[in-house]
Amino acid sequence: TPALAEKLGLGRPALPEEVAAWNHDVRPDGVGLPVGSGDAIDGEEIFAEKCASCHGDFAEGIGNWPKLAGGMGTLNRKDPLKTVGSYWPHVSTLWDYVNRSMPFGNAQTLAPDEVYAITAYILYSNDLIEDDYVLSNENLAEFKLPNADGFFLDNRAETEYAQFSAPACMENCKDDVKITMHATVLDVTPGDPTDGSAAPAGASGEGGTAAPAAEP
Amino acid sequence: MSDKPTTGATRRGFLAGSTALVASAAAARAQTADPLITEVQDWASGWGAGVDETPYGLPIRFESDVIRRNVSWLTADPISSINFTPIHALDGTITPAGCAFERHHSGAIELSKQDYRLMINGLVDQELVFTYADLERFPRVTRTFFLECAANTGMEWAGAQLNGAQYTHGMIHNMEYTGITLRTLLDEAGIKPEGKWLYVEGADASSNGRSIPMEKALDDCMIAFKANGEALRMEHGYPVRLVVPGWEGNLWVKWLRRIEVTDAPVESREETSKYTDTMEDGTSRKFTWVMDAKSIVTAPSPQMPITHGHGPLVITGLAWSGRGPITGVDVSLDGGKNWKPARLAAPGQPMALTRFYLDHNWQGEEMLLQSRATDSTGYVQPTKAALRAVRGENSVYHNNCIQTWWVKPNGEAENVEVS
Repeated sequence: TPALAEKLGLGRPALPEEVAAWNHDVRPDGVGLPVGSGDAIDGEEIFAEKCASCHGDFAEGIGNWPKLAGGMGTLNRKDPLKTVGSYWPHVSTLWDYVNRSMPFGNAQTLAPDEVYAITAYILYSNDLIEDDYVLSNENLAEFKLPNADGFFLDNRAETEYAQFSAPACMENCKDDVKITMHATVLDVTPGDPTDGSAAPAGASGEGGTAAPAAEP
Repeated sequence: MSDKPTTGATRRGFLAGSTALVASAAAARAQTADPLITEVQDWASGWGAGVDETPYGLPIRFESDVIRRNVSWLTADPISSINFTPIHALDGTITPAGCAFERHHSGAIELSKQDYRLMINGLVDQELVFTYADLERFPRVTRTFFLECAANTGMEWAGAQLNGAQYTHGMIHNMEYTGITLRTLLDEAGIKPEGKWLYVEGADASSNGRSIPMEKALDDCMIAFKANGEALRMEHGYPVRLVVPGWEGNLWVKWLRRIEVTDAPVESREETSKYTDTMEDGTSRKFTWVMDAKSIVTAPSPQMPITHGHGPLVITGLAWSGRGPITGVDVSLDGGKNWKPARLAAPGQPMALTRFYLDHNWQGEEMLLQSRATDSTGYVQPTKAALRAVRGENSVYHNNCIQTWWVKPNGEAENVEVS
């Protein structure tokens, strides 16, 4: 077992303040949340100042920037709109990600109370709370998002691997082959191979002619 | 055109007069003496470049098209975005680091070895901090693996969209990594019995935090500081990245700064909002870590038209699987009606790219070129229709379907779907 392995004595003990400085992750059960609180009334002001230029005044998203609200009930449609309200399973993830990685380009500048307030505002924008609902380290983990039960563990082993492990056909595998779709019909591949900057009309944002992009 | 070699037919020339060119190629007999042979060329008379001219070289200018490319409309900005490896133009299996694809969530950061720190905390006997110099003193291993973005081929779920293997399959690279096993490093801290998961994160603003089950961490994960013999490139995580063989690229945390041993997954943004796979009924798979068996014909392909006329044609491509070595690749010229076993350039290595070849005598016939990989578990790469039947069209990630290139009589190729 790993515990029995011989140690080389490399590295040095991490100091408590060093661990505290880097260990910020928050789990669905609330482990990792710092003491603090905020509501959507405060959050609206902070969001307007620090977030709305990309995510919109109502967290609805501007242009190609992520939409944080809306899309309820769209997950089984052709082009689902996946937002905090419609898709995310845990409020903890919202708190954690905003705290650690937002605003984009100026991350790790928010105080805990600001993160609670922004989180509350995003919940409010998704019609999940009233604007005076106070979100805190005490109640955040109890808050259940609409799609909390929408995820299941990778089940390819049960649903795909047997089916896709049958002996492969080598000859006369089908009667007829027809082309059913052409990439050149969409014509969204960059024309100038050196920069790829030729954006096809309507390709960005909603309602374009191109198939929706998979964010990598 | 100054960067083009002066020899050989241009593609335009071929397309304009293919009949004549094919005829002369078939004859294979020169009518007049070739001045490149009969006249003394400058390079056979004067000097080339001195050894002091290029302390670290780049490819010759004639290869200037073998570069990463991005597709600007795919993402909102180029900072949290993707570019693509020019797999259509490469051969063998090792990806040159300088054109190996990038995927960042808050840009490629500059982190020196002096400033680098790696922390292990959480459910360990001793929480530790390592410098870069510490890491170089651990027993070292060298292993070759592919890294494929979970979203590779993701734009193709709903149909044929991007016209080129670089764009449809180029979120991948394959490098020889040197570093230390994650097990070695964890042993130094001592994992407590309740430590069942790792949470790993990078030093960049996005952090890219992901949860990894302890079983995988102790099996074959690596902390890498060299790739293809040299230090990691900045854009690939300099000075230290995580290597997670066979698993989706998002888990290969770059600029790795912290490993936390936990008793449960964190369910971070990168494993809830992203890297979860929505099925047709609106529910979603999570923790879809393994990249299944996959292959692609890299040439001929839309960016690699046949320009040499009829006769011998090398059909080549790449195959890989996150579940073990590739054991075989079949190639079809008729859209999957009939298949022939391709030749593997070398026996498949576990969770690494494998090169295949099929030598064909092309007589100008239309082809619907496909490749189909089989791995050591017996898994056979499925069609897109077979995948859609299970998953629908909205799963975004993990599209390992069989690709079809329609090769036309003039040698051009197009990304198509077939019945």
